[in-house]
Amino acid sequence: MSETFTNPPVANQPLPKIPGKMPGKTPGRNQNEALLEGEGEVALSQAQKIRLRFMRHKLGVVGGAIIVFLYVVVTLAPFLSPYGFEVQHPEYSLAPPTGIHFSNGKRFSLRPYTYSITKARDPITLELTYQVDREKSYPIYFFVRGEKYDIIGGWKGNLHLFGADRNSGGAVFLFGTDRFGRDLFTRTLIGGRVSMTVGVFGILLSFIIGILVGGVSGYYGGWMDNLIQRVIELLRSFPRLPLWLALSMVLPPQWSSVAVYFGVVTILSLIDWTGLARVIRGQFLSLREKEFVQAARAIGASDASIILRHMLPNTMSYLIVSATLSFPGMIIGESSISFLGLGIKEPMTSWGLLLKDAQSLEALNLHPWLMIPGIFIIVAVLAFNFVGDAMRDAFDPYSKM
Amino acid sequence: MLRYILQRFLYMIPMMVLISIICFAVIKLQPGDFGSQYFNNPRVSPEMVQQLRERLGLNDPAYIQYLKWAKGIVTRGDFGYSFAYKRPVSDLIWERMGWTVVVATLTIVFSWLVAIPIGIYSATHKYSIMDYLLTFLGFIGLSIPNFFLALVLMYAVLKAGGTSVGGLFSQNFIETPWSWAKFVDMLNHLWIPVISIGLSGTAGLLRQMRGNLLDVLGAQYVVTARAKGLKESIVIYKHAVRNAINPLISIFGMQLPEVISGTIISAIVLNLPTIGPFFYDALITQDQYLVMTFLMLSAFMMLIGNLLADIMLAWADPRIRYQ
Repeated sequence: MSETFTNPPVANQPLPKIPGKMPGKTPGRNQNEALLEGEGEVALSQAQKIRLRFMRHKLGVVGGAIIVFLYVVVTLAPFLSPYGFEVQHPEYSLAPPTGIHFSNGKRFSLRPYTYSITKARDPITLELTYQVDREKSYPIYFFVRGEKYDIIGGWKGNLHLFGADRNSGGAVFLFGTDRFGRDLFTRTLIGGRVSMTVGVFGILLSFIIGILVGGVSGYYGGWMDNLIQRVIELLRSFPRLPLWLALSMVLPPQWSSVAVYFGVVTILSLIDWTGLARVIRGQFLSLREKEFVQAARAIGASDASIILRHMLPNTMSYLIVSATLSFPGMIIGESSISFLGLGIKEPMTSWGLLLKDAQSLEALNLHPWLMIPGIFIIVAVLAFNFVGDAMRDAFDPYSKM
Repeated sequence: MLRYILQRFLYMIPMMVLISIICFAVIKLQPGDFGSQYFNNPRVSPEMVQQLRERLGLNDPAYIQYLKWAKGIVTRGDFGYSFAYKRPVSDLIWERMGWTVVVATLTIVFSWLVAIPIGIYSATHKYSIMDYLLTFLGFIGLSIPNFFLALVLMYAVLKAGGTSVGGLFSQNFIETPWSWAKFVDMLNHLWIPVISIGLSGTAGLLRQMRGNLLDVLGAQYVVTARAKGLKESIVIYKHAVRNAINPLISIFGMQLPEVISGTIISAIVLNLPTIGPFFYDALITQDQYLVMTFLMLSAFMMLIGNLLADIMLAWADPRIRYQ
């Protein structure tokens, strides 16, 4: 891994027209294989090789698709969900998932419907249970009017992809409800916004710090390098989770949800940047001896321009890989902190915070649907792990398979 | 070598001092202090809270508090007093260290026993269906947050009609002396924490082992071993595996501190009598010296783990020498 990787910057490479080059109509592995080995008629640029190698990694492609899907879903969350995420239905507190039916055995309906559920208390254990009334059904309609929302980018509306007819008293809770009777499906989608973006902002922040500090350390060397390395060593000898928890106690209780969100992001990147800074330092140490950097210096380029225009683009591949590999840690970090109630706070929510409700034995026993948000954490983390792995292989100039 | 170890130990002293200063600063940055929790308590008057603060030394400037605490450690080996338990912090931590080390050690043993054989199998059956399946399972293991896995396992046991969830013993065994039945009961409880805490580490180890072994299997000395007609089992276990495991030793050194500090949350979920939930409570009530001491202890274990890893690497691999 220590060899330098001096490919031209990845972006903006026009694709030559090679028949069968596009991923959709790839004729077969053999041709790609031949192209990668440089036996094709046209030599491939680094960017194309990287793309081909990535495409060969099936799980990586699947992971990438899942990630794109998740981001689309959380962006459109208010539209895709049947309710507003803060709407409480006191009459349906801790209701199980309603399920979607097409047939009750006797008659079949093309329009999906839910059954009516009514609350009842078990006379012996006094547990709250819900009875499903199979006689009374409520159809699910598409494009219903409901709570107003505002999707980032200014798309205002009150149209919801699906929902029950509110006037008839029907309800559709795909994932059940929490103790305030809030729809868990809606809250999971909305919570995904926090969980999926914490990584983006967190990595952005660690990038800025990491590039600055690592760059200075590697480019200038000397006592500055020494000092920065000691600081990094110090930060890395902290146990990660206990420090995160101690730091999240610092966030003042009177802060707004948004402020707390960015507080959590900052906490997560506070240790994370050190890994990135090390990578960049190592790269810069070897790059600064290279001819093209010497040449840039000889024609009088400023330090800033040498770092930003000549050296940084050459470390891009490492940066991209290490960013992707940082995502899972950030998502799990946020959910851990929120799970303990030290992170994201109401009315905002996140997958970790939603899982907090599933913490007791009672909840596991009686309301297991409260664990559903955890599945989303796993899927998201898994997808990022797949993509990270595929990226690492794709960017490695020596990988052949 | 001895000189090197001594140097590293000396180097730890300034590190620990800096770490303690940062930890203390983090704690002092937290709004409120141990007295704050009583402000909403109608039975405690604000004057009493002030008196409490005065008595606990919380009214002193932060640096005075730090210096007093540091002085206690250096001169008397006294890590301070827990406000909540009204007892020395070091006693409290020691009491919980026992179970913490037991659970952590079992977890580590579990992860090595599972990961190494599977890693060897995966690498020697490269690109077979089993290899793909195991690699995929490894990925899933890496992706499940350990506290969620704990929830899922507890749920599964409950649904299967089991009751051995949460804690380390059933109700009726908690106060009884050790017996065979109690031991069995403990094992019944232990597997959930061990798996939920250990799975992600196991998956990581498995991936490393597979990767290392694949690298080694392509090396020339393996080809030579095969060419001179050695049995395949000898080629793999005597030549390849030994070299593939070497780099993993550095993971081993860091595992104990990581397991201890990384599993606070699952320990809370599983209601284990370990140090994790204890730290969390102290954090919430702002029992500052307890929090400080735990943070310091974890950082110290990280430093020791690092040193241990380096020493073991040098011992296992004669090519590595430190000055």
